[in-house]
Amino acid sequence: MSMTNVERLREFARPDRVFDFMAPARSPVDVRHGPILYLEDVSVSFDGFKAIDDLNLTIDDGELRCIIGPNGAGKTTMMDIITGKTRPDRGQAWFGSRHNLLQMDEPQIANLGIGRKFQKPTVFEALSVSANLELAMAGDRRVWKTLLARLDHEGRERIDEVLETIALSAERDRLAGVLSHGQKQWLEIGMLLMQRPRLLLVDEPVAGMTEPEMHRTADLLTRLAGQQSVVVVEHDMGFVRSIARTVTVLHQGSVLAEGSMDEVANDPRVIDVYLGGDDDSADTREEG
Amino acid sequence: MSLATMFKRNSLLDERSTWVTSVVLIVGMLAVVVLHALPSDHAWHLNGSVVSLLGKYLTYMLLALAVDLIWGYLGILSLGHGAFFALGGYAMGLYLTAQDAPLAGWQSAMVHFPVAALGVVLAPGLLALVFGWLAFRSRVTGVYFSIITQALTFALMLAFNRNEMGMGGSTGLTRFDELLSFSLSSEGMTIALFVASGVAVLLAFWGCKAITRSRLGRVCMATRDAEARVRFIGYRVEHVKLAVFVLSAMIAGIAGALYVPQVGIINPSTFAPLFSIEIVVWVALGGRATLYGALLGALLVNYFKTLLTGVMPDAWLFLLGGLFVVVTMFLPQGVAGLMAHLRRRREVTT
Repeated sequence: MSMTNVERLREFARPDRVFDFMAPARSPVDVRHGPILYLEDVSVSFDGFKAIDDLNLTIDDGELRCIIGPNGAGKTTMMDIITGKTRPDRGQAWFGSRHNLLQMDEPQIANLGIGRKFQKPTVFEALSVSANLELAMAGDRRVWKTLLARLDHEGRERIDEVLETIALSAERDRLAGVLSHGQKQWLEIGMLLMQRPRLLLVDEPVAGMTEPEMHRTADLLTRLAGQQSVVVVEHDMGFVRSIARTVTVLHQGSVLAEGSMDEVANDPRVIDVYLGGDDDSADTREEG
Repeated sequence: MSLATMFKRNSLLDERSTWVTSVVLIVGMLAVVVLHALPSDHAWHLNGSVVSLLGKYLTYMLLALAVDLIWGYLGILSLGHGAFFALGGYAMGLYLTAQDAPLAGWQSAMVHFPVAALGVVLAPGLLALVFGWLAFRSRVTGVYFSIITQALTFALMLAFNRNEMGMGGSTGLTRFDELLSFSLSSEGMTIALFVASGVAVLLAFWGCKAITRSRLGRVCMATRDAEARVRFIGYRVEHVKLAVFVLSAMIAGIAGALYVPQVGIINPSTFAPLFSIEIVVWVALGGRATLYGALLGALLVNYFKTLLTGVMPDAWLFLLGGLFVVVTMFLPQGVAGLMAHLRRRREVTT
């Protein structure tokens, strides 16, 4: 990785070089080459513990991808890296083929079009359901513009539309804090939709949901894929089976297997990790 | 869109607490003016010293408003807001001192009222800008931020205690005569300062109300409750915090500037960490994140302080501490929360 000064100078003076400050500030995501998300040789360790170890992952535009793996496999850390919360020690992370995610912070990445749903539902409990959606609506985020911002007709329609999608129309004026756990999960997904992201990262969307709620969530996520790329991290194997086209298995910070649900489920290494080890988080739920 | 339409759109007076507070403030102010105008042998006559005392309460209410804006709505507990209040006070103090005898160096410019008025908002504003930029950029939050603000105000207290600062050392600035060429000891000036303080409280109250009702206000509350989420939906949390913190410091500075001519002195004890903590107690007691609660808390606590320090000065700190404990344990929403609770109960029973 290390460059001598001469090399650095040569790199700087390259004839085809485009300086960052000359490039348009919010250029659209370039997905002409296929992938919308591209991670290469990403590694990060915390106090000597390798949370992510040489991770390579490619998500195509419009894809719905499920990521599974035992506890501590690095799923949440991976999302932290993509959304700018954690800086990796090594490796590359690109959004499309133009945006280097490692040079941006959380708000920049969010405004670029990567939305994230947390594992624990995180909504603004002191605000009404519709106000939650209004805050998440794509728009100018600068302080002065936010102070003067008003909800226009288009915005109101967009909120109505999303409320419809997440089945919370009747709760629009209630405080988000009084919603049920499953409703909070949906509200958070609704907030992602308001952002109009190109890529959604969804961490355990059905945790704490009832069976019918789970079906509706599966339905919602499969409908979203195609317009947006969706990455779902989930423990619930039944749920994964119901939505997944491609499944990636993470283990100890790197990709263990990748393929269709059936391929992955029959992979001896995966069976070993899930059934052979003393980790019991996922295998018991597969039947359910 | 302009600011004016923002104020209109928010239809400030549609919320009950807002118009009740506004009416109480206006009626109260008018009442004081009228009672003061009564002949001095009348039983209800308010003399100048009482009006000055009430004016002082108003400046404290303004200060409490500034603290509620960042603590109640943004969740930033500043234990150093006395510093911004004091800086505004010192800017005004320099102006008042300069009316008698010319000051040396850069301070000589403070003889002009516009320069001093600028100093009243710029000195606290710039300090808050630099301090806040460093703190929020490094994501210093919670109790760490509170401790640093205590250190900030303590450091300033030590600095202003030194004679080389040219701020009067430990005595501070006092013996003021004139403000805008009017004598400070005149009755007219007393009532004018009182009214100016009242108007400042009213304007700041409406301004803060408009901000908290705007989308920015909702971003603030969202930041208070789930900061990471706000970042991940694309808001620059540190910019929001910085803007509101600077505004809050400026309001505190204005409060300090109105305080000094009414009290007649500004000295380093205003920078004392204890005073900054006391401000927080006013807001906690009145009720956070309501704005009117902060006004009420500042008025109540200071009224009782005046009463008690007259009768038994040693008991005051015990009472203040006791009040804080009681409020924290039994009235987390403060007096404002208690009033809202009683109103709801009445509505349920009737």
